[in-house]
This record gives sequence, C-alpha cells and structure tokens, in this order.
Amino acid sequence: MSKFRKSNAKDTPAVSTASLPDIVFMLLFFFMVTTTMREVTLKVRTTLPTATELSKLEKKSLVSYIYVGPPQKQYTKMFGTEPRIQLNDVFAKVSDIPDFILAERAARDEAEIPFMVTSLKVDEFTKMQIVGEIKQELRKAAALHINYSSRKPLQNK
Amino acid sequence: MADIAFMLLIFFLVATTMDVDSGLERVLPQMPPENQEQDDTPPIKERNVFSVLLDANNRLMVEGELIRVEDLREKAKEFMTNPRNLETLPETKPTEIPFIGNFEVTKGVISLRNDFGTQYGMYISVQNELVAAVNELRDEMASSTFGKTYANCNSEQREAIRMAIPSRISEAEPKMVGGKK
Repeated sequence: MSKFRKSNAKDTPAVSTASLPDIVFMLLFFFMVTTTMREVTLKVRTTLPTATELSKLEKKSLVSYIYVGPPQKQYTKMFGTEPRIQLNDVFAKVSDIPDFILAERAARDEAEIPFMVTSLKVDEFTKMQIVGEIKQELRKAAALHINYSSRKPLQNK
Repeated sequence: MADIAFMLLIFFLVATTMDVDSGLERVLPQMPPENQEQDDTPPIKERNVFSVLLDANNRLMVEGELIRVEDLREKAKEFMTNPRNLETLPETKPTEIPFIGNFEVTKGVISLRNDFGTQYGMYISVQNELVAAVNELRDEMASSTFGKTYANCNSEQREAIRMAIPSRISEAEPKMVGGKK
C-alpha cells in the first residue's frame, strides 16, 4: 500500500494549460455564431410586451426597426419622460417615418423590397396614440408588413 | 495564444446581443386612394361583426359586454365557428375547398378598435388572443383533416386551411374618447 501512496502525496502535477486556447476558441466561436452585432445605441427604454403567438423575423437584413419608449435617464433633461420615437441613432418625429422608410428601401436591392418588414419595438406602457400615428404613416409609405416585437412569457401558464 | 483568444471573446461578449427578434406579425390595410369619396362596399351585417373595444382604462368590451382578456379567446373561437348555428353569430357560406371538400366558411369579421389612451401592452395581449384563436382553430382543422399540426402541413394544405378559416381582423382608426392624453 505504501508504495502507491508515496508517489501521490509528494507533488501533484500542475494542470496542463496546453488546451486552454482550444477551450477559449470554442467559447469564442460559440458566441460569434449565436449572437448578433448591436447596430444602434438605444436612446429609449423599451420593455417589450409579452405574447404567445410569436413568429420569428427571418431575414435580419430586410428588417427596419422603429423604437418607441421613454428616453433613457441621460436624455430625460433634454427630451422629457414622455415616450418618443427613435429611428436609427436619433430621436425622431412621426413625420420623419416616411423618409426613414424610403431611405431603408433605397439601401436594399429592388427585388427584396416586397419582403421588407418593419419591426415595432414599443414599450409596454406607451399609449396607443403614438403607435396609431406610426401605423398611419407606415400605411402612407406603403410599408404594410409589420411585426409587433414582443417576448415570450416567462412561465407557460 | 489564449490571451488573444480571450480578448476576442470579451470583445464579442460586449459588442453583440443574444436576443432573437420575434413578434406578432400583422399586415396593415392598404391606404385608400385619396380621390375615393364614397365607398361602394356593401355594409356588413351586424351579426357578422365581432366588435372588440378597448378603452383608455384598458377595459375590454366585446359585443357589448365587459369581459376579461382570458375569456376573449373562447369567445372569438365561438364567433368564428358558430357551432350551434345561432342567429346572433355570423352566417356561413358553403365553399368548395381542395382536400377538405364542401365547407361552411364563416363570413365573420373581427373588428378591433382602441382608444388613444389604451396601453400598448394591453393592445398586444388582445391582438395575441385574437391571433391565438385563429391559430387554434387552424390547428384543430389540420389535425382533424390531415392528422398533423398546421405548422407541419405543406403549403397546399395550409392554403386550404387558410381558405376554410380566414383570419379577418380589421382595425378601425382609434378615436379620442377617454380624454386625458
């Protein structure tokens, strides 16, 4: 018995770090594949409402986003606390939406235009007035396909 | 080596987001042409309209009754199918549909109107219930005729089911009634 114990008790060899790069690279590739780049800095807070009948937005490149919600803390001095619209990186008015849609269309291929979707990321507690106005503008701009962005409820019933 | 990889890893952790975008998909109605003065569409009969009203205090009124959001799905399903052929529920029109045969397609239209003061979250939950009602009916139809869920049907079968159970949700332009912006 003592023959075995002796060699063990003296010094445990250090954990080999030769495979560390492999592990880290694996993690890196995992995150590169599963995540998407942040495209805009959010200036408004949007807590999305919950819904169960969700459909995924399939082609990310064909989606244009409209954010609506109360401005983040650092902007409240300038813009107040009432819900505002954000297009790209700036605060906007409802009347800016047709121009935004036209710009989004111009950036895409002509063949892809019919498949474009507008995703509305609206804060749960926003009043419907602003949403109604946005929808009216979208109708005028003939961007009829929309998606009310929402998240899954945490527990299933 | 590991240091470089760690740096890249941290960069990607910071610069990217993980959320998958999903949501309720809807198609807005076309804007009517401006020169159109009187609309020549025939008026829809009272029994064919399922009126859903949302007020500024997030109360829900369906067909003249105050109800809870949880009960809306059942009501909408009853309206869309009219299982007992009631006088008050919508008429049906027999239509020849491939795969399914002669089917009584409902003429019902769901009309949704909200107030300027309605909360967006409430509006979404109502929309969600209405979409869920249609989806459930389609699923039931798919399992009874094709023996599989609607999502697993091929495009022709889906087309047939869509013909049998149309999703007609119309939204009226919101009115300012509740006061208080």
